[in-house]
Amino acid sequence: MSLLQIDKMTHYFGGLRAVHNYELDIKPGQVWGLIGPNGAGKTTIFNLITGIYQPTEGKIILAGSELNGRSPHEIASMGIGRTFQNMLLWRHMTVLEHVKMARYSKLSYGLFGAFFGTPRRQKEEAESEEKAYQLLSIMGVDQFVDQIVLNLPYGAQRRVEMARALAMEPKILFLDEPTAGMNPEELVQMMKIIRNVHNDFGLAIFLIEHRMKVVMELCERIQTLVFGEVIAEGTPEEIQNNPKVIDAYLGKETVE
Amino acid sequence: MQLLQNLINALQLGSFYALIALGYSMVYSILMLFNFAHGDIFMVGAYIGFGVATGLIALSKMGALAMPNWLILMLTVIFSMFLTSFVGMFVERVGYRPLRDAPRASAAITGLMIGIILETGNLILLGAEQLSFPSLVQTATYNLGGIYITNQKIMIVALSIGLAFALHQFIRRTKWGMAMRAMAFDYVVVPLMGVPLNKIAAMTFALGSALAAAAGIFYGIAYPVLDPYMGVLFGWKAFVAAILGGRGSVVGATLAGFLLGFIEIFVPMIFPSTIRNFIAYSIVLLILVFRPHGFFGEPYSARLRL
Repeated sequence: MSLLQIDKMTHYFGGLRAVHNYELDIKPGQVWGLIGPNGAGKTTIFNLITGIYQPTEGKIILAGSELNGRSPHEIASMGIGRTFQNMLLWRHMTVLEHVKMARYSKLSYGLFGAFFGTPRRQKEEAESEEKAYQLLSIMGVDQFVDQIVLNLPYGAQRRVEMARALAMEPKILFLDEPTAGMNPEELVQMMKIIRNVHNDFGLAIFLIEHRMKVVMELCERIQTLVFGEVIAEGTPEEIQNNPKVIDAYLGKETVE
Repeated sequence: MQLLQNLINALQLGSFYALIALGYSMVYSILMLFNFAHGDIFMVGAYIGFGVATGLIALSKMGALAMPNWLILMLTVIFSMFLTSFVGMFVERVGYRPLRDAPRASAAITGLMIGIILETGNLILLGAEQLSFPSLVQTATYNLGGIYITNQKIMIVALSIGLAFALHQFIRRTKWGMAMRAMAFDYVVVPLMGVPLNKIAAMTFALGSALAAAAGIFYGIAYPVLDPYMGVLFGWKAFVAAILGGRGSVVGATLAGFLLGFIEIFVPMIFPSTIRNFIAYSIVLLILVFRPHGFFGEPYSARLRL
């Protein structure tokens, strides 16, 4: 059974072909990586899957349901959690609010419940808050709950973003350059967190990353994207030794 | 004495401004647009209130459903807020949603045009004659050591503050309110966290319009005359209050609404009343010069982009 399956997806921006015949088949619990030079279309692929763009051609299927034609909020609540390359946090909101906001689709109380504080609402809100605290403590940012997110150190902001994505109880987590801009210490911490999230939640992860060390250590399968086309797919060893990948992306130097 | 008497009047006038300003402020906050039709939604709300009240009174008089006046008033407020919220959602759906990515100026003139359509639509439907709002509150005047307070004024001020407080709680404590605050700075990530933007936008218009309807009915009770253009100047002034309060701030819009009421009522105590608005709005202008983001506004930050 595939968790996320994509069949011959192609996307044009005007006359420009950004993605060509892209295929993907992630099974539950797998960690996949997507690498490639800048402008290869990696983030575009994330945007296509999460519904920000509609693919020109091709089918996207998540856990048996087709995603094509659905709006981003539907797709998100169907089970795709996501973080962003340039870390898109709500700068005026607190850490706790970030995580609670992401639980929107998990709260089913109606307007009546909101105005009259029905037991259902109380229960849902309490559960949600507990979940939020849990996630924040797993991410090691629970000491910041009531702080405006802008006041946190960079690494902690990244972890809040991750907690927000996890709060949606996704089936698969998309991480767009989760270690971008991090110092070596933060990097090690983030890799540990990604590993923990994978092990503890049994979550499938699909990540875009530029640091080879991160990709090679975390992923079981890697795709290399160049000009919107996958030129190689395989295990970390296969990718590292693939002459096409070395040529197009890794360069002739040895990979540490 | 005169001072305290005016205080009561200022609170009443401020209530109208505050209730209307809240709708402006919320829409501005989440959609970054001025819903210039909002003053006219206040007018529509007043007329809907007129219709509902008249209907209920007729029903009551026919003996089909005898109701005391206070019950008619409550039902009028509730039904009219409910009905007017649909007017707001309709305006959003037809006028603003298709233009969400259009230049802001286009969205702004949409509001002006919808306003004119609502005004003239009303003219076509009901004619140019002024309507007088049915009196639902048996006026009682209390004499508190020389200050005369009517029960109407107490009710209007109390209900207005109550509604503003309810909105404040709604925005602070519910998932929709939280979504509204998140949307104020971002359209990109919010949907990716499972929040439907269109629903939140519609809800914002619905809430703002419901409050405007309440203001319309209170206005009808206080000055029992309705005409199709009643929302224009009132709307402009409430708009001033919304901006003065600070973008998206419920507390700010409410306080600024009352402040406007105070300035407008107290200025004529010192200056001739013919230059009331001249002085009043010069003061407001001065405040803005020193607080360009309003009382509770934050400096604008750019929206998030992917």
